[in-house]
Amino acid sequence: MELSGAEILIHSLKDEGVEYIFGYPGGAVLHIYDALFKQDDVKHILVRHEQGATHAADGYARSTGKPGVVLVTSGPGATNAVTGIATAYMDSIPMVVISGQVPSAVIGSDAFQEVDMVGISRPCVKHNFLVKDVNQIAETIKKAFYVATTGRPGPVVVDIPKDITDPRFKVPYKYPKKVSIRSYNPAVSGQKGQIKKAVELLLEAQRPMIYSGGGCVIGEASKELTEFSHLLGYPVTNTLMGLGAFPATDKQFIGMLGMHGTYEANMGMHESDVIIAIGARFDDRVTGKLDEFCPYAKIIHIDVDPASISKTVKVDIPIVGEVKPVLEQMIELIRESKKAPDKKALDAWWKQIKLWQENDCLNYDRESKLIKPQYVIEQLYEVTKGEAFVTSDVGQHQMWAAQYYKFDKPRRWINSGGLGTMGFGLPAAIGVKLAHPDADVACVTGEASVQMCIQELSTALQYKTPIKIINLNNRYMGMVRQWQEFSYESRYSHSYMDTIPEFVKLAEAYGHVGIRIDKPEDVRPTLEKAFAMKDRTVFLDIITDQMENVYPMIEAGKAHNDMKLRVAATGTTTDRELA
Amino acid sequence: MRHIISILIENESGALSRVAGLFSARGYNIESLTVAPTEDPSLSRMTLVTSGSDQIIEQITKQLNKLIDVVKLIDLAEDAHIERELMLIKIKTTDKNRAEVRSMADIFRGRILDITPETYVVEMTGPSEKLDAFIAAVDADCIIEVVRSGATGISRGEKGLHL
Repeated sequence: MELSGAEILIHSLKDEGVEYIFGYPGGAVLHIYDALFKQDDVKHILVRHEQGATHAADGYARSTGKPGVVLVTSGPGATNAVTGIATAYMDSIPMVVISGQVPSAVIGSDAFQEVDMVGISRPCVKHNFLVKDVNQIAETIKKAFYVATTGRPGPVVVDIPKDITDPRFKVPYKYPKKVSIRSYNPAVSGQKGQIKKAVELLLEAQRPMIYSGGGCVIGEASKELTEFSHLLGYPVTNTLMGLGAFPATDKQFIGMLGMHGTYEANMGMHESDVIIAIGARFDDRVTGKLDEFCPYAKIIHIDVDPASISKTVKVDIPIVGEVKPVLEQMIELIRESKKAPDKKALDAWWKQIKLWQENDCLNYDRESKLIKPQYVIEQLYEVTKGEAFVTSDVGQHQMWAAQYYKFDKPRRWINSGGLGTMGFGLPAAIGVKLAHPDADVACVTGEASVQMCIQELSTALQYKTPIKIINLNNRYMGMVRQWQEFSYESRYSHSYMDTIPEFVKLAEAYGHVGIRIDKPEDVRPTLEKAFAMKDRTVFLDIITDQMENVYPMIEAGKAHNDMKLRVAATGTTTDRELA
Repeated sequence: MRHIISILIENESGALSRVAGLFSARGYNIESLTVAPTEDPSLSRMTLVTSGSDQIIEQITKQLNKLIDVVKLIDLAEDAHIERELMLIKIKTTDKNRAEVRSMADIFRGRILDITPETYVVEMTGPSEKLDAFIAAVDADCIIEVVRSGATGISRGEKGLHL
């Protein structure tokens, strides 16, 4: 079969099993768009801005585990995609981004819409390619998907000059079944000796903690993590990225850890003597002050990326491998072991944790006449029966969604954790809805974040992706304002927008339903009404308490046991101090 | 501590900038970097001199290994190895110092490659330290220019960095 470069590209995507491609046309990709036009296998989703394409593809990828695919033109098309590529990179999301490039002959001449995309994207991709020959397209696409989806996943950019897709030049097409790269062999199973040592240490623990992260979601290890944790009976804390990997309603779950984690999770980490980090990377928002991070603990770390191990925190037992097979081996070893967890020590440890839990660190003023954002999330959880896919933007609303929506399943919580990209939530929700047309999809956002990619409301209409936008409107960039309150004597420098659009009208202008809520008693019925409108995108503009803060909080540079709570903590004395 | 990291890398455009970019993005220090193709034209050999704590060096080797284009690498400083660097140095000569420069070049096993009435060009190879010592020995006012290749190295014995 002889095909042009553009046709080869589209055929390759089809043969790779690509369902959707998120993109925006332009000069350098016109040949490709013409090839797209002539087929129906790969469905193209036309976004309104290239950043939206990357976030939508990202939402699709996070909610399915399949790679998200993006097509953008050269120059500004490519640079607009960079934020979304970096977002995917920081959270290890598989993504393939095809960018058009000016014709080979004029590369380097500052041609119209020319930008060095391979150079610009290099620091925020897992790998990138510049295709120089039409005969290389199929193999390069295969390689791109292979690299993006294996090992620690990540985005891969394939930059294709316009002449390479020229319809006048046709070459034989064959999509490779397999591809190997001699310099790329990601670790899989983990070293047996290390795994054995880790299990021995775990079974000797007196105050153990299971600290699991996004790797358990990405690595499809939720079942194994749950089995492993139940087998041991140890407390489990999840990172922001790991939420849902272990059921939040399980009695062993003690909440998220880190800057806005629960008091019990952070105190537990601080006092623990053995920590097992599973697919988590000791991010600074998790560790707080490094010098005082888990001072009493021996640390086991399972990660598929060797570079994640001992990057910020030196660990005692590193295990390089995918979390799923490693956990399977651990479960087997624990079952076979003559030793069992120290019941007496564990009982005392849980008693201590219960004391910390009595602080009820996520409590808030439930009698307020103003709408409390936490209440909205709790109601959202109930109305959707905890089954919704929830995307979020970045800031206070993101933390409240993470704290108050109890995710029991992986891939339901879709947020930009590493890069912290405002504008992520709305396009991501569109990608999620395309992948899960029958599921409830909610985008929890704020009036500042949502405006960063608000244009994608138009995409949501065109492709009939009915999502529910939960806009926690506090007329502030809430998290910025909160930091200014705590650290800058309430000098709210540019964290307030004097002019905020009327979101109800804006939603209607885009062809959707807009409803404003300003009374607490209206929250529940309006949410119910919104989710009952199965075929409409509904924008709920919810006027919340302007001055509400996210608690608890570890302020930057402080340790886990130095948390700011809404109400001063009691029962903080630990066994150690008593002894 | 100073480390010499030897890397086998795909001989492809952009491979060098991936390595250089990694160092600048992560704030690692590069003292020198040399690169040239090997007997296998699909591979380049890169020698990189860097310094840092053990933890930083561990991160550097891990991050380098993570680059898709990097096939293999070793830290030469971990074992017995041979280090060589090439230097070309142009020295201002006068009737007073000409003999002295020549004898110093001899002592350091340098070779004089070019002579004009007012200059010598000396070629010298050796571990980077030796080249430093020669530069220190020559009167600083007489040095017109110095070109150094950056260190390259190879491990001693049977061990080798190959596919």
